[in-house]
Amino acid sequence: MSALPLPGRVVLRIGPVSGAVPVRAIVVGAVALAAALTLAVLSLGRGEFPIPPSAVLDVLGGEGTRAQRHILLQLRLPRVLCALLVGAALAMSGALTQTFARNPLASPDVLGVTGGAAAGAVAAIVLGGVSGGMVGVPVAALIGATISATLIYLLAYKRGMNGFRLVLVGLGVGEVLGGLTSWLLVRADLVDVSRATIWLTGSLAGREWNNVRPLALALVVLAPLAVAAATALRVLQFGDDTARALGLRLQTAQLAVVAVAVALAAVAVSAAGPVEFVAFLVPQVALRLCGGSRPPVIVSAILGALLVVGADLAARLVIAPRELPVGLLTAMIGAPYLLWLLLGRTRRTTA
Amino acid sequence: MTARLRARDLHLAYGDTTVVEHLDLDIVDGRITAVIGPNGCGKSTLLRALGRLLRPASGQVLLDGKQIDRLPTREVAKIVGVLPQSPVAPDGLTVADLVMRGRHPHQSWFSQWSRADEDIVAEALRWTDLLDLADRPVDALSGGQRQRAWISMALAQGTDLLLLDEPTTYLDLAHQIDVLDLAARLHRERERTVVMVLHDLSLAARYADILIAIKDGRVVATGAPEEVLTPQLLAEVFGLRALVVPDPATGTPLVVPLPREAVPAD
Repeated sequence: MSALPLPGRVVLRIGPVSGAVPVRAIVVGAVALAAALTLAVLSLGRGEFPIPPSAVLDVLGGEGTRAQRHILLQLRLPRVLCALLVGAALAMSGALTQTFARNPLASPDVLGVTGGAAAGAVAAIVLGGVSGGMVGVPVAALIGATISATLIYLLAYKRGMNGFRLVLVGLGVGEVLGGLTSWLLVRADLVDVSRATIWLTGSLAGREWNNVRPLALALVVLAPLAVAAATALRVLQFGDDTARALGLRLQTAQLAVVAVAVALAAVAVSAAGPVEFVAFLVPQVALRLCGGSRPPVIVSAILGALLVVGADLAARLVIAPRELPVGLLTAMIGAPYLLWLLLGRTRRTTA
Repeated sequence: MTARLRARDLHLAYGDTTVVEHLDLDIVDGRITAVIGPNGCGKSTLLRALGRLLRPASGQVLLDGKQIDRLPTREVAKIVGVLPQSPVAPDGLTVADLVMRGRHPHQSWFSQWSRADEDIVAEALRWTDLLDLADRPVDALSGGQRQRAWISMALAQGTDLLLLDEPTTYLDLAHQIDVLDLAARLHRERERTVVMVLHDLSLAARYADILIAIKDGRVVATGAPEEVLTPQLLAEVFGLRALVVPDPATGTPLVVPLPREAVPAD
């Protein structure tokens, strides 16, 4: 028997470990990673007290002046790390959701994460007053996201799980939560409303190490799970019957994929608010760049980090010295892309 | 005659709608079995239950004497392959990708593409004459090629039993023959036990060793095509008036349907 030629893929075999990795995915991933790190260094240097990239690298290498070290390590690094981690988490969550729902237009929003987190965060800001500060809001967002995602899963469960029903129930619950959030905002006083609005747009301003630590810890656990889920995803993307016939424990696999997707989105949203379109947009861009039949999880993560760190840098440059919420920029990139994607799809089906 | 796959007092239902009742069945090893019956009689439902895709309302499907829905999914998938009716491949999936998926029950999260996987997939592609199309997207293939790609995937899965739900649907006659010849070769050269749901009775009689006729969720007749395909049975099961004559090519029963009003020639 001769080997099977697999053009465009590198076959790796080390002991019992084996895999066929697309070359394009490796190249795209490497380039995006380099770009994300470059932007991160540039972003660290920007601010009221500009620091050249070489000095930034010195500080990261353990040198630099005391003032530089304080500004970079205590003030700016948490924010940039937050941007990288939030982008990676949202994009991975989107890649899992879109494959699970077999729908390129799905995003973790339909799993109730965003709506629940928003309701939780706004409730903390409006009802909690001053005490519901920067520590309380992420926790409230996380709780809100978990409750609403669980509720949606239970409502959508009827003798098994169905991706389409999940999306419909998710949209319904999302509307209810949106109403709840609006009601809270209408009742709130003006200061709370403006704080809530900034949170609802998605912002990285003022992020500290206290925000980075839980996010990093969650990703250490969740990212390997998301990558491991890819094995199930490549079978899950077929119809239910085919997936079962290929030996997938469908219910368990679906629950595991949804749980990881929800957890990733929930920790990201609780850290930075709902940074719009990242989860929806990045997996589709990754798919188009890498080719294949479903969004690649690892490349999505890298591109997500790149998009959010880039958008955060741009958000501080556009109307400097003031800054825009990062979610506004990702939305401005994402919305036209959504239109383009919808138009492209319609054209293909009518052709 | 041995049978690894059996059904005992099987009841199948979708919600409150009972589709199959009191069904006992043995799938004889190393033979081609065709399941025939009118639309809505429960053929496909039965095949899904035999392949563990549908949990019985009551009764049992037994694989090697064990209740199939108590066996680990992955272990079942190494013994029984199922090709659902008109399966859909995701956009952008190539033929090679599709056939590679057949190895899923044999892979783990760290072993994704072993030397054995590669050999078996290459062989499955060659055997179904798809090597030249390996890099083509599945959705760019013709209907006949697509069905061959799915059968190639089932072959790569390496199961002793193969259940095909209407593998010839939507294919023109020439491609129907291609697919059925492929199934016959699987049985002859690979010693697979093949179960097919088929609509064309004459083709079923030509390709199958055993026919199972089903009406309203019950087995009406089972046996060699010559025993099962009689004018009486066709009238009873399908409500069809027909002549049954020897197929000039193979000698197997050939069903010649008669118009509702016409008088039989005899």
